[in-house]
Amino acid sequence: MTGHHHRRGRGGFIEHTIDGLHAAMDRALYADRSASGRGALQQLDPRVKVAGLGALILASAMAARLWVVAVVLLAAMILAAFSYLSIWMIATRVWFATATFSAAFAVPALFLTPGNIIYTIPGLLWTITSQGLTSAGFLLLRSETAATLALVLVFTTPWMHILKALRLFRVPVVFVVILGMTCRYILLLLENAHEMFESRKSRTVGPTSSGEQRRIAIASTGALLSRTFQLSNEVYLAMQSRGFRGEVYILDDFRMRTLDWLAAIGFTGLTAGLVWMGR
Amino acid sequence: MHIPDGYLSPTTCAAFYAGSTPFWYVALQRVKRVLHTKLVPLISLFSAFCFLIMMFNLPLPGGTTGHAVGIGLATVVLGPWAAMLAVSVALIIQALFFGDGGITAIGANCFNMAIVGSLVAYVFYRAIAGRSPIISFRRVVAAGLAGYAAINVSALFAAIEFGVQPLLYKDASGAPLYCPYPLSVSIPAMMIGHLTIAGMAELIVSAGLVAFLQWSDPSLLKTTALKATAGNAVTLEGPSRPHKARSLQPIWIGLCVLMILTPLGILATGTAWGEWMASDFSNPAVREQIADSSLHQAAPAQAPQGLEQMSQVWTAPFSRYAPPYIRSAGFGYLLSAMFGAGLVMLACFLVARLMRGFVVERAREPAT
Repeated sequence: MTGHHHRRGRGGFIEHTIDGLHAAMDRALYADRSASGRGALQQLDPRVKVAGLGALILASAMAARLWVVAVVLLAAMILAAFSYLSIWMIATRVWFATATFSAAFAVPALFLTPGNIIYTIPGLLWTITSQGLTSAGFLLLRSETAATLALVLVFTTPWMHILKALRLFRVPVVFVVILGMTCRYILLLLENAHEMFESRKSRTVGPTSSGEQRRIAIASTGALLSRTFQLSNEVYLAMQSRGFRGEVYILDDFRMRTLDWLAAIGFTGLTAGLVWMGR
Repeated sequence: MHIPDGYLSPTTCAAFYAGSTPFWYVALQRVKRVLHTKLVPLISLFSAFCFLIMMFNLPLPGGTTGHAVGIGLATVVLGPWAAMLAVSVALIIQALFFGDGGITAIGANCFNMAIVGSLVAYVFYRAIAGRSPIISFRRVVAAGLAGYAAINVSALFAAIEFGVQPLLYKDASGAPLYCPYPLSVSIPAMMIGHLTIAGMAELIVSAGLVAFLQWSDPSLLKTTALKATAGNAVTLEGPSRPHKARSLQPIWIGLCVLMILTPLGILATGTAWGEWMASDFSNPAVREQIADSSLHQAAPAQAPQGLEQMSQVWTAPFSRYAPPYIRSAGFGYLLSAMFGAGLVMLACFLVARLMRGFVVERAREPAT
């Protein structure tokens, strides 16, 4: 939600939005492709993955020792490697983005956290404390670890399977169905918005003032909102015509095999060990 | 404002999951009752729309860009309960699939933005818009201010969540384990950005889109404008059905959860900044705490005279949140919470009774 200067001048905001939409679609497509790959995690039952990787995120959140968080990150990278996810892709998609955000948040902590002074910046008299350094390390490493684990889950499991696996945590069926439909329509609306902004861009000639740009953005969003409602009505009619009466059912057709049980035991052991060591 | 993983402790995250669940449950029940079979497609599509709004970069006066969350708009179009669900679903998908906001922090993010945000937006919108016609400019202003207030109250909640972390969670050397900034840093740091850039983005999106809907499809604004003076349009809730008295159940549940959580206060060591007693100034341990939390400014050697005098005026019945005869601090907290909440409810009840009598009398006057 942070604002930032756009340096590209006229039409910059349209291009910026198009870039954002494009990146989101790209991510979704990549996830779809890699989830059907033949890596180690792709073979596992989604419930084991959701619970196991979730438990690892929790272990990294609970750890009070920095090296334990680092071990979780290492485990996430090993899992990614065994699932044929490229480390370069993870670095570009997760680490850089998370690191810039978290670093901006964590750097002031180096100076603001009271404690034992370990370094004074010459000339500025700003002091770095060891407590500040530890705290900034925790922030950065924890957010990187959790983001990597979440990405490993999403890139090795089809969306719908992750949502179905949420039933394991007693999430109501209606909620699971809403989440599933939302995911699907996000893609459709992304495409709609993308086309709208592309065509708008192709028709915009000459410089536009900031006020004009705001009006364009609001009008486009408004048009998208109208389209959303129209679509909602159409989808509703389509659902009704197929006999939808308000009750939703999903097929809980996952089956645990020996490999899944072994993986579940592995995740449990690893998490328990990490939680114990991180106390 | 999307809090990432690692900024809040697991205990805080668990508390917010627990605090959000009753709201989600009640919202789901209420919306299901109103929308019946239409619930699934409408919430899904609107969640997808909220998700997209969060991606649009909006040029703001002053040359910066920001993006809105869409709380104000969702509340005005869907009403607070459905908005709660739609924004929550969008936030959950952002966290799960797009890595924006932490997975452990989903509960906190939904509580701040979807739950608190929708309720604040609703109160502001209804209060400012009043009974003005659907297409009046007052509703545009109301929607803008509702969005602005919602995003800022949400940011304040997030800032407080950040700010209590260093008080509660530190390792053996005193290094904060999660967000390291105390309230004195976290609140201004969060609020400056939200009172200006993020708040403005939300204000422009909410006001602009309500203006757009007034022009293109005013019927969509009917849900939260039941008493508007304009004609009869079709609402999302279907043909005008008698409006039942609102159930206060979720508020009671929320109150109970908060009361049960009050013993959390014991976890905090030391005294809240600025809440010192006259006797604290002569206690060396407390003096050290005061100096630590006041940028190493030593407290005055003696309690300020005014504080000394005023502290004699009133002695609280439950001093330090526990009546003297209660041994367990946790139970004392709980008891104080129940007693305090009871008093507040009694006061509200009495004021409501008085007001009702006053309103009825005023209503009768012209007739006689």
